[in-house]
Amino acid sequence: MTGTESEATIEARRQMEICNACRYCEGYCAVFPAMTLRREFTTGDLTHLANLCHSCKGCYHACQYAPPHPFGINVPETFATIRAESYAEYAWPQGMGRAFERNGTLVSLAAFLSVTLVLLLTMALQDPAILYTAQTGTGAFFRVIPYWLMVGMASLSFGYALFAMGMGAVRYWRGTAPGAGQKPITAGPVAEAAVDILTLRNLGGGGHGCNDLDDSFAQARRHLHHAMFYGFMMCFAATSVGAFYHHFMGWKSPHAFLSLPVQLGTWGGVLLCIGTAGLLWVKTVTDPGPVAKRLLGGEYAMLALLFLISSTGLLLLAIRHTGAMGVMLAIHLGLVLAFFLVMPYSKMVHGVYRGLALLRNAQEKHK
Amino acid sequence: MVEFTRLWDVLVVGGGNAALSAAITAARAGASVIVAEHAPKAMRGGNSRHTRNLRALHPKPTDVLTESYLEEEYWDDLLRVTGGRTDEALARMCIRASEHAPGFLRDCGVVFQPSLSGTLSLSRTNAFFLGGGKALVNALYRTAEKLGITILYDTEVQHIAIEEGFAREAIVSWRGFPQRIRAKAVIASAGGFQANREWLREYWGDAADNFQIRGTPYAQGRVLRDMLASGVQEVGDPTQFHAVANDARAPMADGGLAMRLDCVPFSIVVNKDVERFYDEGEDVWPKRYAIWGRLIAQQRDQRAFAITDSQALHNYLPSVFPPMKADSIAQLAVMLDLDPAKLERVVAEYNAAVQPGTFHGNKLDDCRTEGLAIPKSHWARRIDTPPFYGHPLAPGITFTFLGVKVNDRARVMMADGKPSGNIFASGEIMAGNILGQGYLAGFGMTIGTVFGRIAGEEAAKIGRN
Ligand SMILES: Cc1cc2nc3c(=O)[nH]c(=O)nc-3n(C[C@H](O)[C@H](O)[C@H](O)COP(=O)(O)OP(=O)(O)OC[C@H]3O[C@@H](n4cnc5c(N)ncnc54)[C@H](O)[C@@H]3O)c2cc1C
Ligand code: SF4
Ligand code: SF4
Repeated sequence: MTGTESEATIEARRQMEICNACRYCEGYCAVFPAMTLRREFTTGDLTHLANLCHSCKGCYHACQYAPPHPFGINVPETFATIRAESYAEYAWPQGMGRAFERNGTLVSLAAFLSVTLVLLLTMALQDPAILYTAQTGTGAFFRVIPYWLMVGMASLSFGYALFAMGMGAVRYWRGTAPGAGQKPITAGPVAEAAVDILTLRNLGGGGHGCNDLDDSFAQARRHLHHAMFYGFMMCFAATSVGAFYHHFMGWKSPHAFLSLPVQLGTWGGVLLCIGTAGLLWVKTVTDPGPVAKRLLGGEYAMLALLFLISSTGLLLLAIRHTGAMGVMLAIHLGLVLAFFLVMPYSKMVHGVYRGLALLRNAQEKHK
Repeated sequence: MVEFTRLWDVLVVGGGNAALSAAITAARAGASVIVAEHAPKAMRGGNSRHTRNLRALHPKPTDVLTESYLEEEYWDDLLRVTGGRTDEALARMCIRASEHAPGFLRDCGVVFQPSLSGTLSLSRTNAFFLGGGKALVNALYRTAEKLGITILYDTEVQHIAIEEGFAREAIVSWRGFPQRIRAKAVIASAGGFQANREWLREYWGDAADNFQIRGTPYAQGRVLRDMLASGVQEVGDPTQFHAVANDARAPMADGGLAMRLDCVPFSIVVNKDVERFYDEGEDVWPKRYAIWGRLIAQQRDQRAFAITDSQALHNYLPSVFPPMKADSIAQLAVMLDLDPAKLERVVAEYNAAVQPGTFHGNKLDDCRTEGLAIPKSHWARRIDTPPFYGHPLAPGITFTFLGVKVNDRARVMMADGKPSGNIFASGEIMAGNILGQGYLAGFGMTIGTVFGRIAGEEAAKIGRN
């Protein structure tokens, strides 16, 4: 526990004490059953519950005490704020938590700078003419951006992101429950948490959907998130298969359209485009009541960045045999670089902390 | 723009479960329907907004109800709480029709919780709304809107012009402006009068000022009083209401269900004079839940205090407001503004009277006292393990029982014994026909849904002619 508590934490405790006496929302998601296991809420408990919340807004629209009721219960908004605070608190290295302030600006700036950097680097290292002439045949991409640079930048930035997020994960796990954190992690809860993550069970509101836009139930947000998540995973798989081909099979990119990496990348990119564009749309039209407005900038920026990565990736595929390929490749890789760099300091970390929250929840249930 | 000049088939007065069940049924039967709800949109839905379940007959397990619950048992339960003060024909009709109430609500978009997660061991008799009453109310309004029903918020019906048992028109205040609504049939579903302190004072005097209104502050009873004044037959005891033990720190209105304290069976309860006044362990909590509001209403300043210790803390639901906590009974008394010496004595006398037994938190056990003027028949354990806890209690009123008389077609009866030509009623405004006293958890929503559907059907017949 930290010495001073944030306003949101104090507010969340007040709300949880009311919810714990009310319990009307127990059927919506994992948060409420987890809440009932407690009578008093430490900072760590509240951080855990907040990261368990998927912001489906079910409990806001159902709440007899939601504003304008004087109790002013707004669990999704308060929990979103606590989540953001926990991202900052557990970010590694410690001072970097500040990066979560004005996150939208930071993400946009990082994207802009890395695209510029990659463009400048390519121009400096290569004959500028290569950038504008059509490149075909084996190794076409590496004539634009040298292989060593591509792999070097990617593995450095991605490696850093993974390490920083891993450190954050350890800090989070210890910080949210000092006692339980030391408990051995067993297969049962891990499997259960994995199912929760892969199916987004908690965004189902018990099967009939969530309150995406207003008090009516829909599955849109869940499906869009799935599209984004699995699209992202497919793109990641595409890159891994490509690397495997390169190193172990000696097959160099660009690969044929019907090859495995290109197929994975293409459909992954399409899903990622649909998912991110859809989620951006949901965010714009949803009832603003249960939304933490302060955090929207960072969320919009991250979705937009993912959308740009996937759409430039698809464009690259479309024009890879033309003279525009060079610039497009540089832009695309610049965006990917930016994504890796900001990943530990962006909305992306929600995946890590929510995954851990689901794991802790599964552990508690297995007790 | 609302067309105040037009003649509607059906006007529904009120905007809770009873009103919307009626409105939706009438609209589905082809009537044009207008709903006048006094509350603004954010506070719509009356007491129904605060509910969580309804009681339904079922011959076999369903996805939301376990085992079975048949007419005779349902009727016995009702007979027990009302002490026989009920209209058997109406009650049995309502009980039988309750079988189809969950299905009707589900068709209106209401989602129920799967039966396994039922709390308070009510999952056999009561179906729980996922998310509670506000989620239910939201679903009903969405359905009503889809059916093209016109809904007026911020609209108080002030007077229904009744001539020879026939409603001609309603005078309303629409967002503060006077308007008239003309309709071929009227359904009154405007709830009780429990939020009208002036009216409560007529029976309870100054005590009424200390009653907490658990539900909507819009239950002013204006339509009820107006109808009774226009020759509609009265039913039920005006002094009767349903009330529970609330936290004394709860808001005076709209505090909802979370303000109730269910620590009573695991405590001893004293009044301001530090005297116990009723057997705290009389029966399982849900069954005796309703009597404590009235009991506290009869104490000085309408206050009481539940005293317990650390042994009992986990036997009852956590409270919204933390209990007073102290290391000795005397300290606790000071915090509660009670006479310390007297509270010590009362606790000591109680402790001395506790008999050995085996404690069972959720059924009648054999832990009892012996030799006290006011016994504690179950769950009696010595209060001797600090820290000690004290919850201040006040009466929280749910609804009043005075209402309008109806027949089995939800038609309002006139004082001369004839049924009204075109006025119907559903919900709390007529619940007194069946609930002469006492209350059965989940029966309020059942009465509203069952009579709402009948009223809607019958009103639509008139409207379409
Ligand atoms: C905290 C709490 C918990 C409860 N829990 C349960 C439960 O779990 N299960 C159960 O069965 N019952 C429960 N009850 C009882 C239940 O709420 C009622 O029996 C039921 O809601 C009655 O429905 P109704 O539509 O008749 O009245 P209400 O839902 O109260 O609706 C009355 C409506 O009339 C409107 N109105 C009033 N006067 C006027 C006017 N002059 N003009 C226009 N509109 C007007 C009000 O704004 C309101 O919308 C609970 C009650 C409370 C307070
Ligand atoms: S969100 Fe509101 S309705 Fe849901 S449990 Fe909390 S207080 Fe109750
Ligand atoms: S917003 Fe949804 S996920 Fe979050 S606590 Fe409420 S019901 Fe659960």
